[in-house]
Amino acid sequence: MINQVPVSYYLLLGAILFSIGAGGVLIRRNAIVILMCVEMMMNAVNLTFIAFSRYLDSATGQIFVFMVMAVAAVEVAIGLALLVELNRHKQTVNIDEINSLKG
Amino acid sequence: MPIEIPTLNVIALAPQIVVVVTALVVMALDISLTDKRVVGYVSLLGLAAAAVVTFALLGGPAQAIQQMAVSDGYALVLNLVFIVTAALAILVALGYLDERELQHGEYYALLLFSTAGMMLMAAATDLIVVFMGLEIMSVALYILAAFNHRQVGSGEAGMKYFILGAFASAFFLYGVALLYGATGSTNLHAIGEWFSPDRGNLGDPLALVGLGLLLIGFAFKVAAVPFQWWTPDVYHGAPTSVTAFMSVGAKAAGFAALVRILMVSFDQAFTLDWQLVLAVLAVLTMTVGNIAALAQKDVKRMLAYSSVAHAGYILVGVVPATMTGVKGVLFYLMAYAFMNIGAFAVIAVLEHRDAIGTALSDYAGLSTRKPFLALAMAVFMFSLTGIPPFVGFWGKLYVFRAAVEANMSWLAVVGVINSAISAFYYLSVVVQMYMRTPTDETAAAPALRLSGPVVVTLALALVATVVLGLWPTPLVNLTALGIFG
Amino acid sequence: MPSDYVPILIYLLVATFIAAFALVLPHYLGPRRPNPAKSDTIESGKLSYGDARRRVPVQYYIVAMVFILFDIEVLFFYPWAVLFWDLKWYGLVQIAIFAFLLVESYIYIWKKGAFKWK
Repeated sequence: MINQVPVSYYLLLGAILFSIGAGGVLIRRNAIVILMCVEMMMNAVNLTFIAFSRYLDSATGQIFVFMVMAVAAVEVAIGLALLVELNRHKQTVNIDEINSLKG
Repeated sequence: MPIEIPTLNVIALAPQIVVVVTALVVMALDISLTDKRVVGYVSLLGLAAAAVVTFALLGGPAQAIQQMAVSDGYALVLNLVFIVTAALAILVALGYLDERELQHGEYYALLLFSTAGMMLMAAATDLIVVFMGLEIMSVALYILAAFNHRQVGSGEAGMKYFILGAFASAFFLYGVALLYGATGSTNLHAIGEWFSPDRGNLGDPLALVGLGLLLIGFAFKVAAVPFQWWTPDVYHGAPTSVTAFMSVGAKAAGFAALVRILMVSFDQAFTLDWQLVLAVLAVLTMTVGNIAALAQKDVKRMLAYSSVAHAGYILVGVVPATMTGVKGVLFYLMAYAFMNIGAFAVIAVLEHRDAIGTALSDYAGLSTRKPFLALAMAVFMFSLTGIPPFVGFWGKLYVFRAAVEANMSWLAVVGVINSAISAFYYLSVVVQMYMRTPTDETAAAPALRLSGPVVVTLALALVATVVLGLWPTPLVNLTALGIFG
Repeated sequence: MPSDYVPILIYLLVATFIAAFALVLPHYLGPRRPNPAKSDTIESGKLSYGDARRRVPVQYYIVAMVFILFDIEVLFFYPWAVLFWDLKWYGLVQIAIFAFLLVESYIYIWKKGAFKWK
């Protein structure tokens, strides 16, 4: 059944998800939401990889997805750690209020 | 379906393995020792071992591991750049962290992992490995930038670097995904094969959009316009010893992977469609970096913008996509490692608690307070400007010559004009040090202490900047080995 | 050729113009009468109460981060487990190196006191 869905649909979905994620990073002000948007971009890429992997009948794309998933987990952990650290100095997760560096 | 068990040519990644094993030993020592400086010295020993291994492989046949990574001359010469960068940065950190009571073992482990990531990027011949190297390097740098947990600026620098770095990684990944879809492979040689003229795939839109997204990812990492705006904040907020490391290391690693990808995979496709774009980016990067640096009153921020400008000069060597350009880039990166880390080492000495002491006025009359420090800073500033007989001059000469040879003289002319602009702000530091008397505030500041490791760093950087400036032949011969295998 | 991208440039200009138009126009034309109910958080018709920002012990985050890291590493064990007999000693040695790295990191964070509650 899955064969009836053309690969271009998956690619389009991937592109839309990636754009929503990228737009979210640029316009949202909450650091945690920004983190979620970055994750969304990564997973949009994963979808693209999987779609191409099936279309090309090659395993490389799937291996790449494994790496991306591991890296995405690492980035979430780092992001949360940095946020907790920053929260000790300033009681906020709003990136507009994190502005001590200027010049 | 039977599975073919691959043979692993571990020698190809021997320098990287030495660095990673050192990092693991450093972690083990960190939980068993109380004096963390020992951990720093062990890291230096590990880097020395990696340098020995690199020299042993240099000049021999290129060793490849499963078409994933290769230790050819290009990767090995860059390994030396990363080892020099990491070693100098560790020496700066040994003194800097002590004074701020931040001497923790994690610092050295993270720095070594980051170095291993950079070395992996230089050796990678598959986009999977490029991505892994990029992430190993970046993730360690995010934490290092936020290392000074007593200062809000450091945490902020880490957060900004992390958000923008992860954002850039996502663009890089999407580029890889599109390239994979278009060419059916993530291997650099296979992609290059797919683009060969007789296959008729030149100008394929999907692959070109993929390359464009890759360029965005790399522009972030090397701090090129229009993705340079994170640089001043991150370089300013991060501990100075970390700024020294990442201003050189991350830039060198970004260029390392970018140049290999352009030369191996996009030889033809790049010159047809993207060369002009990258040339314009080089011009903008130089100009924006230099003009923004002119307005700075803080030396650390000024050097951050100047590092944007230097990314532009290096791009001038990348744009022609010729071997002359590659050698120029390698020379420039090595020269930049010595002079830039030297300059940041001076900043690290002058900066006392809580990021005070980095303003331009704090350098007033330094020549009477600490003559050696002032002399060293003056030499680094002259070298960064590109004034002979210092090593920075030869670096600029080689990258600009590559542009002229490729019939892009206008690019070299813009580069020279920009060097002239940069003289204003570099020399203003020298003017402050030698021709101004110390202000009351500066005179009241605590006495400057030069710790042993910092003196060693300054001496090494100074000697390299001057000697390689007067006699660049050894470095020219070294970069001549930097060929693709 | 760079000239092929001129349509994209035109497209970008038009898109920017439309977006700016749509943002600026309502600012001058639309009426604005905010009241507390309008500016309140949308909770699907339910009345909101209390403060969502309760104090959570910071230790909770550290355990959560460690969990994320070790949880996802299982990812690499699955393909190895599926191909266990085909990969023979080669796979076993590779996964042993990987497991060693995990164990060393585990001991490291343990000794660093990441699991000390309080």
